[in-house]
Amino acid sequence: MEYFLQQLINGVTLGSIYGLIAIGYTMVYGIIGMINFAHGDVFMVGSFMALIVFLALLALGVTFMPLALLIVLILAMALTSLYGWTVERIAYRPLRGSFRLAPLISAIGMSIFLQNMVQVAQGARVKPLPPVITGGYQFGAADGFVVNVSNVQVIIVVTTIALMVAFSLIVSKTPLGRAQRACEQDRKMAALLGVDVDRTISLTFVMGAALASVAGLMYLLYYGVIDFYIGFVAGVKAFTAAVLGGIGSLPGAMLGGLLIGLIETFWSAYFTVEYKDVAAFSILAIVLIFLPSGLLGRPEVEKV
Amino acid sequence: MIDDTPALPPELLLRVERLTMRFGGLTAVNDVSFDVRRGEITALIGPNGAGKTTVFNCITGFYKPTVGRLTLASKEGPLLLERLRDHQISRKANVARTFQNIRLFGGMTALENLLVAQHAPLMKASGLTVLGVLGIGGFNKAERAAIEKAKVWLERIGLIDRADDPAADLPYGDQRRLEIARAMCTEPVLLCLDEPAAGLNPRESLELNALLRSIRDQDDTAVLLIEHDMSVVMEISDHVVVLDYGKKISDGAPLHVRNDPKVIAAYLGVEDEEVEKVESEIAVEATS
Repeated sequence: MEYFLQQLINGVTLGSIYGLIAIGYTMVYGIIGMINFAHGDVFMVGSFMALIVFLALLALGVTFMPLALLIVLILAMALTSLYGWTVERIAYRPLRGSFRLAPLISAIGMSIFLQNMVQVAQGARVKPLPPVITGGYQFGAADGFVVNVSNVQVIIVVTTIALMVAFSLIVSKTPLGRAQRACEQDRKMAALLGVDVDRTISLTFVMGAALASVAGLMYLLYYGVIDFYIGFVAGVKAFTAAVLGGIGSLPGAMLGGLLIGLIETFWSAYFTVEYKDVAAFSILAIVLIFLPSGLLGRPEVEKV
Repeated sequence: MIDDTPALPPELLLRVERLTMRFGGLTAVNDVSFDVRRGEITALIGPNGAGKTTVFNCITGFYKPTVGRLTLASKEGPLLLERLRDHQISRKANVARTFQNIRLFGGMTALENLLVAQHAPLMKASGLTVLGVLGIGGFNKAERAAIEKAKVWLERIGLIDRADDPAADLPYGDQRRLEIARAMCTEPVLLCLDEPAAGLNPRESLELNALLRSIRDQDDTAVLLIEHDMSVVMEISDHVVVLDYGKKISDGAPLHVRNDPKVIAAYLGVEDEEVEKVESEIAVEATS
């Protein structure tokens, strides 16, 4: 039972990270109907940004952790947003109105470019971050098994919930969110009503990148090491999460992320660690075959 | 841009001059000129394929005309519409339009549909959302004013009780009127309606007429509409322009147009010689 509880906590933590990345996929898909395959690498860039800012702060002697974390969070979000914006501006906007496959190809190109850029700039070795946040809580030692909840896990889950609430509110209550939903349904009509569609799409990429950078920071805190290649697997898993939840649906992405995190963790805990990716991607295949619109997605209605 | 554009006479809102639109070898609109006056409802009529929607698409920035000039007397002076891009048509020129098919944002509520139409000023007030989220600046006030305006329009189209229902759940006639209200929320000087009465039952048609008249009389907005339903056209329009095969064949008050033999011929499909015959007969009647 304690073992199960421990794995549940680990799974929720991992799921939070996937969920944050998955939101970026799902929002971009919602608004321009394209999978941004460079999004996983924006997440990777985000984690590098977080690492660089963290090391800079430690070098500057900022050791009060809540303050340092806050600064890292804000700076990493801002810098990574700039990446998200640039990627859209360079790789996708010129191809808007072109054939459907074109932005997909340039997305893959952008993904390769970002990986190689970071590899060249930061080196191919893994980069460690000294454990800056330590400690945690322990529960129940009745039969000798202790359930650990580290402070990092608490921070990850709490921040994720806070951000998801904040972004849901932005989408449902602000003019930007309304414009996003309007563009999702009918871009041409939205433009005719005075919505600047290009800017709305840019801001969607910026929001996705900001959330991905937070996920990058979480990943860095949780695992302590990053390299230029983490974006690929995490990105594809988050994409799986977005599809599982129903691509285009915001709550779906959160739910999907959580489920993928749990499935992966429990698979590793009760079966084999080696096949955890197989488990996650089998879910992708099964969902695509039997439930193409996902758990919370709207079924595609053929217009007549 | 404004410098080289001659000003229009004050009573005119839009002047269409020698508008021609070719698609490859097909000339959809051929040398059409007409005026839209302030405070009037102008109807654009003609048989199927006459080029009415093409004229609309040129005015609202969907097509770049092959030849021709579209001068709009905007609030900041004369403006050439053929040089603007789509979201500028709404913001700079203040021209709004609807389509033959209903293009509401079906998943959003009736109220939200009207708020999207006020997006540009709201976005400005919210400081690209950042200030709005923090509650700084005039955002809350702007948002309240926008909701207030949306409610006034919902009241005018009789949908205030259904403000929070998804637009797609409304009956067809209500959706039509909601679409017009949404276009009006952009505060247009010119409202272009493409077949607003299509598919409406007689009662809904009457409600539409009342709405369009109230827009002409209460708001500072001229209406340009394409319509097949002659009862609507003759009932509400002040000025009718008739197209046939891309050319303008008649232009004037509804009564004048209704009795124009060319218009009758175009609608009944009569040969040209017969038109001349009818014309000469009318001339004979007039002189006798």
